[in-house]
Amino acid sequence: MARLEDLPETLRHHIATLECATPDSDPWVEGPPLSERRVALISTAGLQVRGDRPFEAGADDYRIIPGDVDPADLIISHISTNFDRTGFQQDYNVMFPLARLHELAAEGAIGSVARHHYSFMGATSPDAMAPMAEHLAGLLKQDRVDAALLVPV
Amino acid sequence: MGGLAHTIESEGVPTTQVSLIRLHTETMRAPRALWVPFELGRPLGAPDDAAFQRRVLLDTLRLLEAASGPVLVDFPDEAPAGGMVEGWACPIQLAGTADADTPAGRLAAEIRRLHPWYDEAVARRGRTTVGAGGLAMADAGAFMAAFLDGGVPESPLEGVAPAALLKTVLEDLKAFYLEAIAAQPGGAAGAGQLADWFWGETEAGRIMLDLHPVLSGHADERLKQLGLRLLVPRSQEHRL
Repeated sequence: MARLEDLPETLRHHIATLECATPDSDPWVEGPPLSERRVALISTAGLQVRGDRPFEAGADDYRIIPGDVDPADLIISHISTNFDRTGFQQDYNVMFPLARLHELAAEGAIGSVARHHYSFMGATSPDAMAPMAEHLAGLLKQDRVDAALLVPV
Repeated sequence: MGGLAHTIESEGVPTTQVSLIRLHTETMRAPRALWVPFELGRPLGAPDDAAFQRRVLLDTLRLLEAASGPVLVDFPDEAPAGGMVEGWACPIQLAGTADADTPAGRLAAEIRRLHPWYDEAVARRGRTTVGAGGLAMADAGAFMAAFLDGGVPESPLEGVAPAALLKTVLEDLKAFYLEAIAAQPGGAAGAGQLADWFWGETEAGRIMLDLHPVLSGHADERLKQLGLRLLVPRSQEHRL
């Protein structure tokens, strides 16, 4: 369904003409085998913990999602109306696969799950979010994360 | 998404990602990405299908072991066709819910009619996604309807601007309706069918459509932008 040709015409046009700059470098960081990696989730779904500040248009910052968050407290304040939310209402893992990640850690497929996860609100341009993302990278390193798993919406 | 990955990897943390819009991921040269042919809003493919989600997740994580990059791999399968019900019709008839002759009155009656099903949904799922706006549904409905005459009602929440509150209230109302309908017998349906029901058959959807011309021409710039860009999904613009 996220094939461009399957989207409503106006949305397809919007997405196809969004300005995406091609970077002039290809960063590549090596790490240990997957079974030893510590994984953090980074979503752009505008997720937040209930009671936290809702995202507003132009937000370039992130919300912290604790690794032991009660799923009943996970809500969305993304400003876009153009993605399905009923899947998330039924099962948060379809958008933020935290339970799946814990299962993989318990089986030994990954090393461990980070203490904190993060959500941006993807309607903001990547350039505007870059300073916060650089800052976030430092926090990930402090948490010994060597696998940032980014999940769009 | 690809831009975030690029930045984080540049700072020394290995990244991998799911990609929903292949074109963007390609252009932005994300270090590692698994493109999936799923609906926007469902990056892991299907709710309540742990085995499928796990496959998507593992395929994405295994890209971390690629020898060099950027690497962009296509996931081979469509999402399981969960929920699409042929000939689905909403099990509850909401039209004519009230003798009320105002939109606000009809909306209030509709919310009352759906509330037991919403409560049932919360009990069954053990969670709700309603709540970013912080208003009870009856108050949320009244607050939204109060914008119909072109004015700006006072925000009932101290320190929260009316335009910001309206945006979260709109999403809370939609979530309330869609969670409620899913709990009714025969309420399970595809995402597109549920959206068509909300926008085509409910008073709440009707009011949101009627708010489009009111807000799009509003003197308040935030309300104007909300009306122009953040009110009616592009898949439902044909109703305007």
